[in-house]
Amino acid sequence: MYQYNWSVIPQNMDVFIDGALKTLEISAIAILLAIPIGIIFGLGRISKNKVILFISSTYVEIIRGVPLLVLLMWIFYVLGQVFRLGSYWGSIVGLAIFAGAFIAEIVRTGIQAVPKGQMEAARSLGMSHTKAMTHIILPQAFRRVLPPLASQFIMLIKDSSLVSIIAATDLTLNAKNLVATSFRSIEVWTFVALIYFIMTFSLSLIIRYFEKRLLKSEA
Amino acid sequence: MISIKNVNKSFGDHHVLTDVSLEVPKSNVIALIGPSGAGKSTLIRTINALEPVDNGEILVDGISIHDKKTDINVARLNIGFVFQNFNLFPFLTALENVTISPMKVKGLSKEAAEKRGKELLTSLGLADKFDSYPSRLSGGQQQRVAIARALAMDPTVMLFDEPTSALDPEMVTEVLDAIRKLAKDGMTMVVVTHEMGFAKEICDEIVFMADGKIVERAAPSKFFTNPDTQRAQDFLSKVLNH
Repeated sequence: MYQYNWSVIPQNMDVFIDGALKTLEISAIAILLAIPIGIIFGLGRISKNKVILFISSTYVEIIRGVPLLVLLMWIFYVLGQVFRLGSYWGSIVGLAIFAGAFIAEIVRTGIQAVPKGQMEAARSLGMSHTKAMTHIILPQAFRRVLPPLASQFIMLIKDSSLVSIIAATDLTLNAKNLVATSFRSIEVWTFVALIYFIMTFSLSLIIRYFEKRLLKSEA
Repeated sequence: MISIKNVNKSFGDHHVLTDVSLEVPKSNVIALIGPSGAGKSTLIRTINALEPVDNGEILVDGISIHDKKTDINVARLNIGFVFQNFNLFPFLTALENVTISPMKVKGLSKEAAEKRGKELLTSLGLADKFDSYPSRLSGGQQQRVAIARALAMDPTVMLFDEPTSALDPEMVTEVLDAIRKLAKDGMTMVVVTHEMGFAKEICDEIVFMADGKIVERAAPSKFFTNPDTQRAQDFLSKVLNH
């Protein structure tokens, strides 16, 4: 019979908090890197230039077709050799490249969701393609893109648990180590699940609040 | 002012415009009418290059629109286009919709653009709507903002692609009044419309199209009472007997 001993939780609260903060830190830096990556490849996916189109599409398809776990391994061992990335930056770069591909699709669909008539109206007023994109299309795409982008950040926090595989310090890794020393597997994993849930749920509430405010200014 | 010469256009296998030629002298108002699929919208959209042409030439105020050497963005400064679905920019207020292109394309200062924008909106009956977003405006109001937006660029030619077709019947009058006023002020215009009474009243010439060709051209008084071609007669009998 498994002997429950929940005192392991309060006794190691510093470990849990350190882990949670590290998870948030890695996820936040990764998403900040992933956004410009996503914008560049998202625009590339709708480029008329065949070379840019090919490169962007290839990147997106490959990254989305490989499991995150495998991708992290690959980046850590292959790129890690070339650029001497430690597990901290290896995990951030891996998560950024991964999320970047999904954000590219979010950006692409955001832009393509802007009605064709908007570009026609802008061009009819004498705007060049670039001016039309800058002043009329992208501002509208931006508004459409924020909700899925926020979801992507929340997903990243959960996906970041995999960086424990390459020994990057985060909440999951700290949990694994704690289980190894304390043998309190059920208590620790239950509490860790709760922490992840609190992080993602709080964020989703905050995001919902800002989405409402954004909708108000347009309506 | 507008010179369309032997224009042909196909969408894949579908021949949409066949050897179309048309001259629109300065300050003339032309109504393009005809059954659906006649090519009226396609033709008007070739005038400002929203649609390319397979061959033929279109000149607006001396500029060859489809010539590869022509800077189409410059050419479009002279051509105002009003869409059936308004196509207002939803994230900008009425005034911002009207001032954005003069500011960003012509480099006008905000003060100058807003002064002119307010004049135009006021002349179209929208003096109390400067800061309203399109979603808060009725269809008729949105279309009038769209007209002001096109006029703010000081075009020499105005093109209207079924400007009232997407409006509730009650709002058609306010938009037609705005177009009527432009005609009186001497603007060169091409209007694709199904509003026969309006076409008859303001136009110098009716251009009747069917199956991608110009079938008949005549002054309104003649066209509506005594058209030459059978096709025109068929069309009118169907349209005028509601």
